[in-house]
Amino acid sequence: MAQIKTLGGMTQERIVFALAVLLFLAASVGLGGFFSADNLVAIVRSVSVLGILAVGMAIIIIGRGIDLSMVAIMAMSVAWYLQMLNDGMSGGTALALVLAGVIAIGLINGFLVAYADVPAIFATLASSAFVYGFVRSQLIGQDATPVPPDHWVELLGRFRFLDVPVEVFFFSAVAFAAFLFLRFAKWGRYTYLMGDNFMAARNMGIPVRPMIVLRYVLSALIAFAAGILIASSLHSINVRVVNSNLLYDVILVVVIGGIGLNGGTGGMRNVIVGALLIGIMQNAMTIIDISNIYQNLIKSTILLIAIVVDGLLNPRDEQTAQQGDI
Amino acid sequence: MKWKSLFVAVAALTALAISTGQPAKAQSGDDPGPAAYAETLKDKRIVLVPMAMGFDLAQGWAAYLKREVEGWGGVFETRDPNWSTEAAAQALTELVSSDPKPNVLIVHSPDLNSFSKILKRAQSEGIYVVLIDNPMNFPADAFIGSDWDRLGQLEAEAAVKGCGEGSSKKIGLVQGDAANASSIYQYNGIMKVLKKYPDFKVVAEPFSNWDPTTSRTVTATMLQQNPDICAIIDFWDGDATGAAAAIRDAKLDGKVFLVTTGGGEMLDCNYINDGTFGAVVMTELAGQSRDMNAIVKFLLQSGQPAGTSKTYIYTLERAWTKADLRPETCWDLKHLQAAQ
Repeated sequence: MAQIKTLGGMTQERIVFALAVLLFLAASVGLGGFFSADNLVAIVRSVSVLGILAVGMAIIIIGRGIDLSMVAIMAMSVAWYLQMLNDGMSGGTALALVLAGVIAIGLINGFLVAYADVPAIFATLASSAFVYGFVRSQLIGQDATPVPPDHWVELLGRFRFLDVPVEVFFFSAVAFAAFLFLRFAKWGRYTYLMGDNFMAARNMGIPVRPMIVLRYVLSALIAFAAGILIASSLHSINVRVVNSNLLYDVILVVVIGGIGLNGGTGGMRNVIVGALLIGIMQNAMTIIDISNIYQNLIKSTILLIAIVVDGLLNPRDEQTAQQGDI
Repeated sequence: MKWKSLFVAVAALTALAISTGQPAKAQSGDDPGPAAYAETLKDKRIVLVPMAMGFDLAQGWAAYLKREVEGWGGVFETRDPNWSTEAAAQALTELVSSDPKPNVLIVHSPDLNSFSKILKRAQSEGIYVVLIDNPMNFPADAFIGSDWDRLGQLEAEAAVKGCGEGSSKKIGLVQGDAANASSIYQYNGIMKVLKKYPDFKVVAEPFSNWDPTTSRTVTATMLQQNPDICAIIDFWDGDATGAAAAIRDAKLDGKVFLVTTGGGEMLDCNYINDGTFGAVVMTELAGQSRDMNAIVKFLLQSGQPAGTSKTYIYTLERAWTKADLRPETCWDLKHLQAAQ
């Protein structure tokens, strides 16, 4: 299993968790209205889409890769799906088509990385631009596509259980499924071995190339699920999100939670801790009414610190030094 | 003798026609207007550079202008910078140095300053610059769009009315961003009106960055902190769906009056009808596009060198609520595009 190197017993995950708890306590004492059941649900909910994307990204990063096409896949697949529905196509056909499209992009990403030996960062950057450009120019007519009235996507958004909104369950379910996959499935455990030492993993007979392809297909499907969740709560999807810094926030959550960019370490706990820290921060900053520009500044400063701490806690080993990150 | 005098007469007439440059048929009492109009406007190149082609207003302007410009014999083109200021600047640079040069640039600027230099160069090359929707700190030949200050005032009036007497009189704002003129001036306008109603208070004013997901998150927090808010003004219908979702999530639909502004596309009317939006200050698209077309035709015929005139044409705005919505209030993008 993942070996997280420690510095005086403190892993990055623990530091971040402590930081989150501290922030949480400070906000509970200092900010009226922060510590209430509704607000706590709102915090988890506000990071659920981010968290789901981070789950997909974590699976990729643990296997020493990166997927920069997740946000594009998320927005464009759902926009295309809704566009087909609005054009009167039957729900089943539209869903089958869009799932086929999503899996195809995952396969292309995986193929480029595993078989064509293109560095993941370039392969997925290119496919991100391709997915956005192709769907935006060929398949949909405008940035915002509404959900048809009373469609299941809209009904999904209204779902509540014990007054807890669907996003919270969705995030928990995706994170739990990913946890089971990484911890108990053979293919999941291969992910750690490949991320830790790719050559050794290949030498011991792990089918490394199909494994890489599988992970990119998984992250594409997870991105689609996140997009459906956005559409269910906003009753529309706006593809402008591709131009936003959501992707950086996803990487921020993963890295800040303590999953090293050189792969082989971390798990779902790190994603949840990272997402909660971001959620608490954003919520508190909005309550204090800090403007967006400063919010970005504060978030980016924390990302920088996290990357430096990551460098100290997970020193580059010989393997990484030879291959480089990602 | 007879033939000779006729020949002289014809020669004299021909000489007259050539010397005055008048087409011979004008002699027969025809209106000289259409010919002059067609002559000056023919093959003139008009290029629209909006912030993006992917949203209702830009598609509406483009559909309308294309029909009009091609109708009077001009050439109409668009560029799609897709919300990127760099891409727009690049498109403008390329247009200014292209051959043949455009005769009129219709520019939708993302902020007050970015394009000043390149647009100045365009004017010095003899290209008329018409700014639309978002004003700039730059003396364009004409500005056509909303008076954002006035628009903010209308929004605030609608919010105050939506709250009513006996309400908490707490208003929340979801601003766009801190650089865009439409956001800044809208804010000023809102504050001007709220000064007149001293018992009304703005309890929070976060930014959405024009993104619906961010709008939803900040609105959720705002409502969490102030569940008795009676109205929220979101600065654009493109992201107000997020604020609406937060209101719905907090089970406050019907209690929080959501005011926003938009292009008046059918979606706006649908949202007003189903109660998602309480009031929308709508831009009258057809009127605004007609103003653009008229000013373009005026500039091309005026003989006035580019960069020497300065005209502001503000579009008539009003706030629409469910009570006064009429079937023809909104325009339908599909119909407009189908009418091409």
